[in-house]
Amino acid sequence: MELQEFIEKFAAQFDETDASAFTPETEFKALDEWSSLTALSIISMVDEEYEVLLKGNDIVNAETIDDLYQIVKSKR
Amino acid sequence: MSYNPFSLDGKITLITGASSGIGQATAIECSKMGAKVIITARNEERLNETFAQLEGDGHQKIIADLTIPEDLDRLIESIPQLDGLVNNAGVIKTLPLKFINEHDLINILNINTFTPVFLTQRCIKKKKFSKKASIVFSSSVGGVYKVSLGNSMYEMSKNAIDAFMRSAALELAHNGIRCNSVNPGMIETPLIHRGTYSEEDRRKDIEKYPLKKYGQPQEVAFGIIYLLSDASAWVTGTSLKIDGGVTL
Ligand SMILES: NC(=O)c1ccc[n+]([C@@H]2O[C@H](COP(=O)([O-])OP(=O)(O)OC[C@H]3O[C@@H](n4cnc5c(N)ncnc54)[C@H](OP(=O)(O)O)[C@@H]3O)[C@@H](O)[C@H]2O)c1
Repeated sequence: MELQEFIEKFAAQFDETDASAFTPETEFKALDEWSSLTALSIISMVDEEYEVLLKGNDIVNAETIDDLYQIVKSKR
Repeated sequence: MSYNPFSLDGKITLITGASSGIGQATAIECSKMGAKVIITARNEERLNETFAQLEGDGHQKIIADLTIPEDLDRLIESIPQLDGLVNNAGVIKTLPLKFINEHDLINILNINTFTPVFLTQRCIKKKKFSKKASIVFSSSVGGVYKVSLGNSMYEMSKNAIDAFMRSAALELAHNGIRCNSVNPGMIETPLIHRGTYSEEDRRKDIEKYPLKKYGQPQEVAFGIIYLLSDASAWVTGTSLKIDGGVTL
């Protein structure tokens, strides 16, 4: 799996935030659009695309998109 | 001393989903109230754990996957006439709308909605209910009294079974059979401990409960016992909220 592709899929879960806002360093929970529904969408996207079952606590423990990417990678 | 309108003394009661959570607590509590229980689920080891905790004797356990027609037929063939049926087995999957897919939707509807309908239908057709039998469905506050983000598949399955319960209550009343549901809020069972929600989500959610905690499986079991017992003889078609006040 690739980081760039992961970022694109991650960004697709947002409707208002501009795609340019998403980089490996983005602290995603600080984004205005972030909500509990986005969290559920990220978990569902990772399940569907990577067959990895993220936990709510994984989202809590990740600060940046790269952090989350590393968690998903480690669970593959 | 022996006065107890909630007694289930000698009542033969089939409980599905008895290997875990609410079904397990219900089986144990019903046995303590004097019922002869027949417990069923797929996982033999966990079903045995429930069986070992039953009080009294004359109980029965049957391994069955309710979604497999042959298993359902075998279950029906191996049970005696019932005074009570608790349609409790259920599953959940939390997915926002855009991730709904046929596989998960069919699976949830199959276990939460279709199997309790077919089990009830088969029992009626095979005349497995005694006079004054009581049927209880494990519905939910979700989909009936409230909704929450990402749970549309689960909520439609529970709303559907709640509606079926009322239709059945009307149709079976002339046989003296009563139908009701329990509608729990969040109960501490493996069903809600799948990790979808973080510790922080959980703390925030508990704040929404006026009684400031999630429920225990026994607290639902006691509602089910009421609906199975003669104490509720004039109660049919009711959706009994057991929810710590979350829907207030
Ligand atoms: N916990 C809550 O917060 C809550 C709230 C409202 C309503 N409810 C409802 O209460 C009921 C019980 O929930 P719970 O929390 O006790 O869940 P649980 O601990 O996960 O137990 C579910 C039970 O269903 C059985 N089951 C699942 N699929 C089955 C199948 N195909 N065939 C036969 N048995 C099957 C499981 O047994 P095996 O895996 O051994 O087959 C298990 O015994 C469910 O209908 C649920 O929707 C729960």
